[in-house]
Amino acid sequence: MRLPVNRSLFIPFIVAGDPSADLTVDLALALQDAGADVLELGVPYSDPLADGPTIQRAAARALAGQMTLPKAIQLVADMRKKGVKIPIIIFTYYNPVLQLGEESFFALAQENGADGVLIPDLPFEESGPLLELSERFGLPLISLVAPTSKQRIEQIASAAQGFLYCVSSLGVTGVRETLPESLGHFLGEVKRHSRVPVVVGFGISTPEQVAMLKDACDGVVVGSALVQKIEQLLERLQTSEEKNAAIAEFASYARSLAAPLREPCSSR
Amino acid sequence: MMEHVPNEHGRFGDFGGKFVPETLMLPLEEIETELDKALADESFRQEYIRILQHYSGRPTPLTFAPNLTRQLGGAKIYLKREDLNHTGAHKINNAIGQALLAKRMGKKKLIAETGAGQHGVAAATVAAHFGMECIVFMGEEDMKRQELNVFRMKLLGAEVVPVLSGNRTLKDATNEAIRYWVAHCDDHFYMIGSVVGPHPYPKMVREFQRVIGDEAKEQFLAGEGTLPDVIVACVGGGSNAIGMFYPFLQDDVRLVGVEAAGKGIDTPHHAATIAKGTKGVIHGAMTYLLQDEYGQIIEPYSISAGLDYPGVGPEHAYLASIGRVRYESVTDEEAVAAFQLLAQTEGIIPAIESAHAVAKAVELARQMTPDETVLICLSGRGDKDVQMMMHHLGVKEGEDVASAR
Repeated sequence: MRLPVNRSLFIPFIVAGDPSADLTVDLALALQDAGADVLELGVPYSDPLADGPTIQRAAARALAGQMTLPKAIQLVADMRKKGVKIPIIIFTYYNPVLQLGEESFFALAQENGADGVLIPDLPFEESGPLLELSERFGLPLISLVAPTSKQRIEQIASAAQGFLYCVSSLGVTGVRETLPESLGHFLGEVKRHSRVPVVVGFGISTPEQVAMLKDACDGVVVGSALVQKIEQLLERLQTSEEKNAAIAEFASYARSLAAPLREPCSSR
Repeated sequence: MMEHVPNEHGRFGDFGGKFVPETLMLPLEEIETELDKALADESFRQEYIRILQHYSGRPTPLTFAPNLTRQLGGAKIYLKREDLNHTGAHKINNAIGQALLAKRMGKKKLIAETGAGQHGVAAATVAAHFGMECIVFMGEEDMKRQELNVFRMKLLGAEVVPVLSGNRTLKDATNEAIRYWVAHCDDHFYMIGSVVGPHPYPKMVREFQRVIGDEAKEQFLAGEGTLPDVIVACVGGGSNAIGMFYPFLQDDVRLVGVEAAGKGIDTPHHAATIAKGTKGVIHGAMTYLLQDEYGQIIEPYSISAGLDYPGVGPEHAYLASIGRVRYESVTDEEAVAAFQLLAQTEGIIPAIESAHAVAKAVELARQMTPDETVLICLSGRGDKDVQMMMHHLGVKEGEDVASAR
């Protein structure tokens, strides 16, 4: 996966099929225009254990529209056709991968132009067979570390591929008003062990939070805040005369979140 | 071979494991370490047994069912009376064990999920007993169906949180309990109600339920001088069944697990996970589950809220895969008939879950000879189901039950 260097990464997350396959492609393009460096494409799942209500609702909308894991992966090819050039990570729970077949999953992801995969309910200990496939297909399996990882950080970080995803605080995905004070220390610890960029996600929802985190990590992941924005724009996104304006509003919101990362060198 | 399950990775053959978000790996490891220490600690064991005896009323009796046996004209039928436990079901065995472990770990806040409310009541009960806080997640739909149990939990001092996601039943309550645990794992203990979930839960719950089978074995040997020919237990997640079966795994005893066939396993309305499910991951464990071709989990159905679960304990999946336990299924109607039969022949009203085991045992006993024996794990009592049964049988107030149907 080719990541920009000397630049804080802005990594948005959206759910494939929320609110429709076509709109997901449009929203991906809008995010690229807004300065996204990597896109996390979420695959909707009936029982998303690591997700809060916002992403649960997005998954329910996408599933109601018959989105599936194979269809979500095929969306990557559609995105490529429409001009999305940034790396795309397939974010999916493990069970749909098992049903598709682990090898078929990697083959399909590669064939459709994805750049990596992230499976939030597959911890290091269970990831053996997938790591092997990830290597064979050249698609990094992105690892997560959490505030509870402690002595596991070194082991996970040293094996990390692509980038390393730090979970900001205890809990599931979702907008948080405050982030823990210990976050800076945790990120420092992770950075000490990691050879790949260290990004932080879970709960990051305002430009202020992004600005605060900018110097402590190599990038941020924003999910629920963007998904919430999509939820607010649902009706307009699905009305032909308002669609473009809604997409532009979404892009401008995304740009506002990325903006603090683009400001020249801040002092700490 | 079977003595070594689960292995150090929490695997029962291909099943089990820990498929959870990274945040939970440390809490799970802490529980595993402390559980192993506790199980090796004689004083922990004695305290557990003491509370089972003096608080829950163990050992529960082994009851011969003479009238039912005579009526069927086949094998002799025995009942292991988990219905006589405090709070009315086997769930308390596990709740006491886990509360003791929580106490040992210095955690004073319990999280539980519940379907019908039996585990929720057991968790709320032990929380009161040990002076702990308790938060119970329950699907909004189940809260409507089991209003009385919701009130029981509140009477016991627990907080009951309605779950609004998914179909608002047990699966969703379990999701929400796990999500809450992810956010509060620093000071909360998650008390799971069945032999499901990530390692070490299936093993832990088995260890706290095997008292059923250990007692039954001793009682049966003392009374009959031999082991039963067949043992039958109902399986939702499967904790009463594992508790009963585990001490008999190495013996020459036929073990039969009974899943809920709902309106029939050839309809979409059942909870027969082993009969109709496929391999996958649910609530942190590799097991059999009801799912569509894309790996989305399908909502199960059963008249019994306690069997209404789309997965099954990984150890059951393993025991099915190696053929050690046979898993069969019983429909709503068969369970209802068995519920009435046991009430009328023996004066024992079983939980509708346990009535599934009774139905299968009746069928098997009929085909056996009077010198053979069948042991049923009567996992709970039916007080909680009386209202539902009244509704189901269409009995109106003042009407004679015997005239219904």
